[in-house]
Amino acid sequence: MLHIEELRVEVGGKPILKNINMEIPKGETHILFGPNGSGKTTLMLTLMGFSGYKVTHGKITFKGEDITNMPIYERARLGIGVSFQRPPTINGLKTRNIVEICGGKKSVDVDELSKQLNFSDFLDRDVNHNFSGGEIKRSELLQLLAQQPDLVLLDEPSSGVDLESIALIGDTINFLLNRGVKRREKRPHKEIIAEQVKSALVITHTGHILDYITADKGQVLYNGVLCYARNAREILKWIREYGYEECARCTQ
Amino acid sequence: MYPIDKMGDVDLEKYKVDADDHAYIEQLSKIETEDAKQLLDVGVDTSESGRAGTFIQKDKSVIHCRTKQDGVEVLSISQALEKHGWLKNYLWKNISPHKDKFTSQAKEKPHEGYFIHALPGAKVQDPIQACLYIAQEGFSQNVHNVVVAEEGSELHIITGCATAPQLISGLHIGVSEFYIKKGAKVVFTMIHDWGENVNVRPRTAIEVEEGGVIISNYISLKPVGSLQMSPITYLNGKDSVARFNSILVAGRGDFLDVGSRVVMNAPGSRAEIISRAITSGGTIIARGELIGKVADIKAHLECKGLILRDGLMHAIPELQGYVPGVEMSHEAAVGKIDQREIEYLMARGLDEEEAVSTIVRGFLSVDIEGLPAGLREKLDKVINETQKDML
Repeated sequence: MLHIEELRVEVGGKPILKNINMEIPKGETHILFGPNGSGKTTLMLTLMGFSGYKVTHGKITFKGEDITNMPIYERARLGIGVSFQRPPTINGLKTRNIVEICGGKKSVDVDELSKQLNFSDFLDRDVNHNFSGGEIKRSELLQLLAQQPDLVLLDEPSSGVDLESIALIGDTINFLLNRGVKRREKRPHKEIIAEQVKSALVITHTGHILDYITADKGQVLYNGVLCYARNAREILKWIREYGYEECARCTQ
Repeated sequence: MYPIDKMGDVDLEKYKVDADDHAYIEQLSKIETEDAKQLLDVGVDTSESGRAGTFIQKDKSVIHCRTKQDGVEVLSISQALEKHGWLKNYLWKNISPHKDKFTSQAKEKPHEGYFIHALPGAKVQDPIQACLYIAQEGFSQNVHNVVVAEEGSELHIITGCATAPQLISGLHIGVSEFYIKKGAKVVFTMIHDWGENVNVRPRTAIEVEEGGVIISNYISLKPVGSLQMSPITYLNGKDSVARFNSILVAGRGDFLDVGSRVVMNAPGSRAEIISRAITSGGTIIARGELIGKVADIKAHLECKGLILRDGLMHAIPELQGYVPGVEMSHEAAVGKIDQREIEYLMARGLDEEEAVSTIVRGFLSVDIEGLPAGLREKLDKVINETQKDML
């Protein structure tokens, strides 16, 4: 699904990502760990094609297409979707309208989707205007539910979220990725999950989100280099035990 | 460079002060289709359904004037002066005819105007619509309007100003005086759709008594040669309120100098001025002036401007506090569209052009209080078309 080769990225003339190789196969959810400032968000915004993230070397392939220099909206239309950590406020644009925009040509039942996220009261408010941390996450996930991307990039989905809504966020991510265990239909689970196969890259600093979602693999980004790949929970245990300092030792 | 001052350009000698008479139209639905379209664009409903009254003036002739609901009177100013002896005391009370050459012209060569009167305690449900229309080439239309909202009354007025499609040049001078008495509320929405070479000089003064409220919405999205106005509001009564919203768009060559001034003369008075302005090749001067003369007043001014491609945007927010105990603030921002907002929408699948137009539409869609639903839709449509032309 996503293939990154020898990716180097500069921000404001400063090299941030130094040599990234990554492969996310169809249907897999990968967790990207890393301390603050390690380049996690840079990687995500580079994958989406944001300005200011200059690819100096390497190649990004999505669904077999070289997307390294593709405009943002074409990547979105090809099936990449992002949940931003700090999305901008757009004055005068109602949340309802941006959810409709996300649906593109599909007709989206905005009211029904927002009910699931307990977000109906926010539909007629300006996008992200005075939203709390948890409200931003719910708004971002609502947009992704409408967008239905094949590759979902989630930047710190649990940061700034209060304990009450974190379970809801987790459930929604599972639903979005079609990895949920909640029975929504009478058919066998196996059939349902086989229908829609989505890949995901989930950025997390603390790993709390792993209490709510499942993952196939974890990777650690440290100082612009991917330094370790293994079972996500196992990595989390290591980080909880030794902190990211272990990464410093291993990248030296 | 864009001109910052084009005000001196209007030469009154170039305009005719006389025009052909137009016949009175008993039934508004029978108005010429060409005129009807222009009226519709500025919010006039020719079926008159859902309107408490209508006043339409074409050049110097009142072509339709009708009151449909109790508790309110809609008359031409000349009829009104004949009917009400007291009205002469309200004329030129807060605006001097010697203020400038435009007010003198309105005094010396008057061409009607409307009188709208809400009787004491009358809560007029539906809006009253008024339209001032120029069809005669090179005409200087000089009107004098008076609105009196008696104690405890409520009134909603929609005024549209427009020109005939073939009109090239014209001058509109509109002197308007508002008297909002104790506990009365007036919502006044003005939509302008002038021509590229039409010069517009409204001169407005509003006086508000104790507990009275004025809400004024001003919308100018279509080309205009030059527009200069700065209505002044005197909050003379305790706990009186003034709120001004303006939405301004200047295309290539347009010149708009638009401001609102509010003088707070009584404790407890509140004022808010909000403006949204976009220039795409034109000049906009967005002024706002809050003047606090006594303690325990509160006021805020918000002025946001966008420059698309090019143009001049000059925001002039002013606060004057004369005594301790006033609370006034302002917020002004002039800039371009934030790249992060564009890219955010692009990440949701919009191309750059679609993203920009979505943001512009949002920027202009200020929640305007008291706008009838039909007019809101129409306004959204016009905003849609306008932003397409700008990009």
